[in-house]
Amino acid sequence: MIFWELFYTFFLIGLFTFGGGYAMLPLIQERVVQNGWMTSEQITNFIAVSESTPGPFAINIATYVGTETGGILGAVCATLGVVLPSFLVILLVAQFYEKFKNSRIVAGCMTGLRPVVVGLIGSAVLGMVSDVFLPASLGGGTLFEQLTAMVGTVAFYASVIIFLLMLWLVFKKKAHPILVIALSAALGIAGGYLDKYLI
Amino acid sequence: MRERLRRIAVLLGVFLKIGAFTFGGGYAMIPLIEREVVEKKKWITSDDMLDIIAIAESTPGPIAINSATFVGYKTCGVFGAMAATLGVVLPSFVIISVIAAILTQFQDLEAVRFAFNGIRAGVLALILKALWSMYKKCPKSPVAYILMAGSFIAAAFTPVDVIYIIIACAVIGLVTSLWMARREQT
Repeated sequence: MIFWELFYTFFLIGLFTFGGGYAMLPLIQERVVQNGWMTSEQITNFIAVSESTPGPFAINIATYVGTETGGILGAVCATLGVVLPSFLVILLVAQFYEKFKNSRIVAGCMTGLRPVVVGLIGSAVLGMVSDVFLPASLGGGTLFEQLTAMVGTVAFYASVIIFLLMLWLVFKKKAHPILVIALSAALGIAGGYLDKYLI
Repeated sequence: MRERLRRIAVLLGVFLKIGAFTFGGGYAMIPLIEREVVEKKKWITSDDMLDIIAIAESTPGPIAINSATFVGYKTCGVFGAMAATLGVVLPSFVIISVIAAILTQFQDLEAVRFAFNGIRAGVLALILKALWSMYKKCPKSPVAYILMAGSFIAAAFTPVDVIYIIIACAVIGLVTSLWMARREQT
């Protein structure tokens, strides 16, 4: 049943996310795409929506995937699922938190969990690269065929230019995410119509 | 009893506000929580707040939920925890439910498609930035680099379930750090 699936999937996502925010991206990509609830392109699009609306990414994506697949009840199940592990674990930890704070076991696990989050987000980034530069509209074929079909289109160069510009804005100018998204959107529209009418 | 109920209501209100006005999730929320519950309401000391952040980081789940639950529990027990968590979740839930409907309606429009083509490139830059700050927070030891590379390769190029990768790295981190602590003792 879809409601149970949503609850269970997001419960796992909540339970295995450490460090918050985009640390859950790899798990979301794997589970949500595997279940056929959403394409990875849609997830990447949604990151932008989540950055431009209030609230934590975890709640936003759970509500979104839930709504899209199971309506309002689906949204409730997915959101409840992603919240519940945190809620229960914190209630438990709050009982003996002096011990937890000084625990060598917790500290030991964290020395493994911090690097794994980096590795996993790295792999999520790799997946996104193909969403950005090789959009699904190109159709199938091998990576090489897709690449050769893409290079030479205006869309490809537009993506590269936008990406480099935003990289500079984010790292060097510490630009606010909403500004980055708004600018990317404007440039995307400009590039799209330029491609359509002028070239 | 009355005082408790009033407190729970205030807790709900405070976290509704926090949920509705923080962009960028987790860490962006911490200063707001601090201002509301440490400075204004004085329910929690700033030392407690530091503990809460540390614990939120080393327990599963999003930082925002972890810290809301913890602050709620410390101020008003289990019902306080429920009120704070509900408060932080509800604004997102309502806003995204509305946006989901709008998004499905407009996502096939040409201009929207073009916009998202650009946006994905921008998002990639934002995620790279998030990756970079995660990397900076990471311990810089040989074990950490091996785990980073190993989990990257396993997740990107093998069909291994991400959850097993996470469990394996936690265990390896635990074992190596206990082993190193013992070696230092002798």
